[in-house]
Amino acid sequence: MMKKYSALTLFKEGLNNQKGWVPAWRTARPKSRYDVVVIGGGGHGLATAYYLAKNHGITNVALIEKGWIGGGNTGRNTSIVRSNYFYPESAQLYDLALRLYEGLSKDLNYNIMLSQRGMLHLAHSPAEMEIAARTVNAMQINGIDAELCDVEKVRSLVPDYNFSPNARYPVYGGVLQPRGGNARHDAVAWGYARAADNLGVDIIQNCEVQGFIIENGVCHGVKTSLGDIRADRTGMAVAGHSSVLGAMAGFRLPINSYALQACVSEPVKPSLDCVILSPATGTYVSQSDKGEMIIGGGLDRISSYGQRGNLPMLETVIAGLMEMFPSYRQLKLMRQWAGIVDVVPDSSPIIGESPLPGLFLNCGWGTGGFKAIPAGGTLLAHLLATGKHHDISRPFDLDRFTRGRMIDEGGASGIAH
Amino acid sequence: MQIFTCPFCGPRSETEFHFVGDFPKPRPDGMAKVSAEMWSDYLHNQNNPKGAASELWMHMACHEIFRMDRHTVTHEVTGSYALSSEAQS
Repeated sequence: MMKKYSALTLFKEGLNNQKGWVPAWRTARPKSRYDVVVIGGGGHGLATAYYLAKNHGITNVALIEKGWIGGGNTGRNTSIVRSNYFYPESAQLYDLALRLYEGLSKDLNYNIMLSQRGMLHLAHSPAEMEIAARTVNAMQINGIDAELCDVEKVRSLVPDYNFSPNARYPVYGGVLQPRGGNARHDAVAWGYARAADNLGVDIIQNCEVQGFIIENGVCHGVKTSLGDIRADRTGMAVAGHSSVLGAMAGFRLPINSYALQACVSEPVKPSLDCVILSPATGTYVSQSDKGEMIIGGGLDRISSYGQRGNLPMLETVIAGLMEMFPSYRQLKLMRQWAGIVDVVPDSSPIIGESPLPGLFLNCGWGTGGFKAIPAGGTLLAHLLATGKHHDISRPFDLDRFTRGRMIDEGGASGIAH
Repeated sequence: MQIFTCPFCGPRSETEFHFVGDFPKPRPDGMAKVSAEMWSDYLHNQNNPKGAASELWMHMACHEIFRMDRHTVTHEVTGSYALSSEAQS
């Protein structure tokens, strides 16, 4: 039984010289057989394992990860949460995630440091303001909180922004989602891992999938660097490496893998109290609780599995930031990195059974997987437990590419992934 | 900044190039016989390999589409070829 975290245990451990802490999850060795194997120890995989145990009572579960927990995109994103999408299907999906995030610290007994400081999407012209109004209407009809801001409201939210009359990208207003904001990304991974482990899930790190056990055209588990692991059902949540596993299982996916970069500045005093995105510069920025400016932008131009990022996009992003906040010119960049994201033609995720029966997919989140972790986990767990779609995941099945029923958020809400 | 080689214009900045798709990528023949699955596979599915890849790229300055072979982890380019009939075979 795990030790409950609370202010009182923190205080007691302070008196005890911090000697009473125990590892948050066990180091498990794989058994030869499980009810379910989940591939991928990022947020989506960990959440899937947790909800399998919590919502469906399936605790004979292995979560296998080729590296370490949260070492992929879960540890490389800009930790933004929001649900400001256009189509009803997307709104339901991403707002399920946001609602679960709102209760997650309590649910997991792990402080994920959710800070709903607001997500502001700027408009730079009268035409963009009309599109902003359309977006706000769509969000409100979908039951999502949304506010159309005029320039004075934007000025009150981000006083450091470049409002000068000579600004390259003048501000006319923007779309605010007050419930958007940040959460601590590592805490989401560690919190899910600890809670899943406590319910009996085996978390197996440094275990790489090398193939699938396929009998009579059905997936019966995985071949790994630690031996074969059989399972009735297998789920995969491996983001940018979905095509690599797909090739092992004998199918192709409508995915291209790209590097998505981010960087952080040195920490400074609190000065930016929301997440802000400028579609004109393609740059978004927020301030972490430590004070660092967390800066992100669009995908690299070149499809890639190299977790580094190329210079042209970094230059575009930083140039955009300088336009948005001229006072940030004096900041020093501390770190820059990239994660490999799975980009799909209609910028919506793929959740459903793969072309190989018995193997279920959670992929295609592109640049926006972190915000959706609780929903991705809930829905993949539902599929793995019941073999059937949850109502919310049905529109996101792989079959939409054959049926032609895309959910094109790239065009509708102007979201890049 | 990486330099790619256009078979027609020579070495140029990566920002002048646009990724098109897998090479080879033959369009399914005979509209009436093409099932929705085949058409969807042609339109959307990608090889997306980790490692050596053969791809179609466009050099946006001259608008020529050509074949480029490269490594998707190291980004090393091993060759650029014009789409002559030999290259497509």
